[in-house]
Amino acid sequence: MNYHILQKDNLNCFIKSLAKQMKVYAPVAKGYNNFAFEEVTEAEQISMDYIPTILPPKKYFMPPREKMLDFDLNGGKPQDKAVLEAEKLAVFAVHTCDLAGIQCLNMVFSERPRDYNYLLRKENIVIIGLECNKYCDGNASCALVGNHYPNGGYDLFFTDIGDKWIIHVNTQKGEELVEGMGLGKASVADMTALGKVREAKKEAFGNEIGVEPKKLTEVFAKGMDSKVWHDVGSRCVSCGNCTNVCPTCYCFDMTDSINLDMKTGSRNRTWDSCQFETFATVAGGENFREERAHRQRHRYYRKFKYPLDKFNRAFCTGCGRCTRTCMAKINLKDTLKALAAESK
Amino acid sequence: MTEIHNSNWKLRKGQIIAAKQMTATEKWFDIKLEDGDLDHEPGQFVQVELYGVGEAPISVCSSPTKRGSFELTVRSAGRLTKHMHSLGKGDWLGIRGPFGKPFPVKLMTGNDLLFVAGGLGIAPLRSLINYVMDNRREFGKVDILLGCKTPTDMLFGDEIKLWQKRMDVNFSCTVDRSAPDWKGNVGLITSLIPGVTINPEKTFGVVVGPPIMYKFVIAELLKKNLPEKQIVLSLERHMKCGMGKCGHCQIDHPKNYYCCKDGPTFTYEEVKDSKKL
Repeated sequence: MNYHILQKDNLNCFIKSLAKQMKVYAPVAKGYNNFAFEEVTEAEQISMDYIPTILPPKKYFMPPREKMLDFDLNGGKPQDKAVLEAEKLAVFAVHTCDLAGIQCLNMVFSERPRDYNYLLRKENIVIIGLECNKYCDGNASCALVGNHYPNGGYDLFFTDIGDKWIIHVNTQKGEELVEGMGLGKASVADMTALGKVREAKKEAFGNEIGVEPKKLTEVFAKGMDSKVWHDVGSRCVSCGNCTNVCPTCYCFDMTDSINLDMKTGSRNRTWDSCQFETFATVAGGENFREERAHRQRHRYYRKFKYPLDKFNRAFCTGCGRCTRTCMAKINLKDTLKALAAESK
Repeated sequence: MTEIHNSNWKLRKGQIIAAKQMTATEKWFDIKLEDGDLDHEPGQFVQVELYGVGEAPISVCSSPTKRGSFELTVRSAGRLTKHMHSLGKGDWLGIRGPFGKPFPVKLMTGNDLLFVAGGLGIAPLRSLINYVMDNRREFGKVDILLGCKTPTDMLFGDEIKLWQKRMDVNFSCTVDRSAPDWKGNVGLITSLIPGVTINPEKTFGVVVGPPIMYKFVIAELLKKNLPEKQIVLSLERHMKCGMGKCGHCQIDHPKNYYCCKDGPTFTYEEVKDSKKL
């Protein structure tokens, strides 16, 4: 195992060194306890103690709008080219919930037929994780899905062990980054300190739903016609905020845009939301998910049922963003609790 | 900016070599791809790209036994299809595909076939009907039941005349609303089913039509003791990628079906637990 030590005073050197090689994006305080991943050049811009950002780092892997194809209609027969516009970048201080989110997206887009835009973009991104030593707030449920501890998915991983950071080097890419920064190796005492942090988390983080994660599959298997969905649906305003902020929501729309010359343009992928009224509508007018209750149910099933069957993992990372952002106060943990209570 | 040579979003270039307005709302297109045959199977669909307008999934209505080009019948229903109706011979479009699970042609070999088409459902079903016609001796008895709103809404009139003439096919059709010169049946398509003789042990019922039709037609077929796994449907959803990713075509079913990859053809046994067909 390869662990290095960074004195807290030296974080700025680390960020500056990184920023010389590539753009660095990290959580930045936006006021009112809101945070966002933004470009940084110095450590003092970064909030190392933050609750999950408004948007997850998904935005770097699957941008809200992304060009997939350039086309040219000059000369009768159309010409087109599949293009990738991706810069080399590092995402710094990614919580374990968001690392899990990226892993979910990796699974989806590497399934055949593969999405090379996503897969190539991912290769350009260095991921540096950051451990949460305590719960961010009451909306999180990371311990329910086992994401309060790191489960891979990063090049480097930072854990606060008092006056210094202990950095786990997980990949060759990560190794090459810390090489030349003059970081010392972690001592036995440092490793013991890391162990203590992890041990303390066992107490601090708990399953707050009262249902074993494995049991959730059964709860959902029985819950298709639950009245919980009608309660949730009656409050939902179909704004789509919950899916936009979700680290594992990847549904998209494809649109064309044409330039003023009316001859050249592009095909673009944009984020879409299953909560929108027209999401499952066909041109003939039939809407296969007409009611809000059904659209909300669909969202939950895409987190706690379908991906478990397909990828053997929940696509809820426990970050709590959907609850934090919901204007109608639809609470993920309350919904799960109500559903579980009903299935007993 | 880098080029992705193996991108699944790349489009094949197709040129319209013939087009014909079939009804007030449906237009037929014959399309030749510059890189060869579409190489599809009956029941599959393509994504049609009109550059600058967008893309839409359209069922292929010709049989793969027809080489050199493939056919689409498009109802002017949405933004893209409305624009597509303005296209004609010589115009180019982008094509992705073919996509989707085809009709289970191999399983049908040696069996009797009962085709039930409602409205535009005849378009995807025609890819299979013409395939069966071209391989007629591989199959048993063939019945075709067709339903449409009025006589003027009937698609593929010339071909229907041929089906009516053939001695190896039983064809009947009905219209919801009659017209002065209409001499045929009037009534819903379900009214034609009791008159068909079915050997439930060796018959496949293939049903394609608007969502509302399925419930009633399937009920009639079950009454005839046709097993659920021998009732084949083609479901409609708005597939935006065709690759099981965009999420738009997912069916509310415990098995998490994507209509574009796991369908659009399903047996009734597979999808009977869906919230909507």
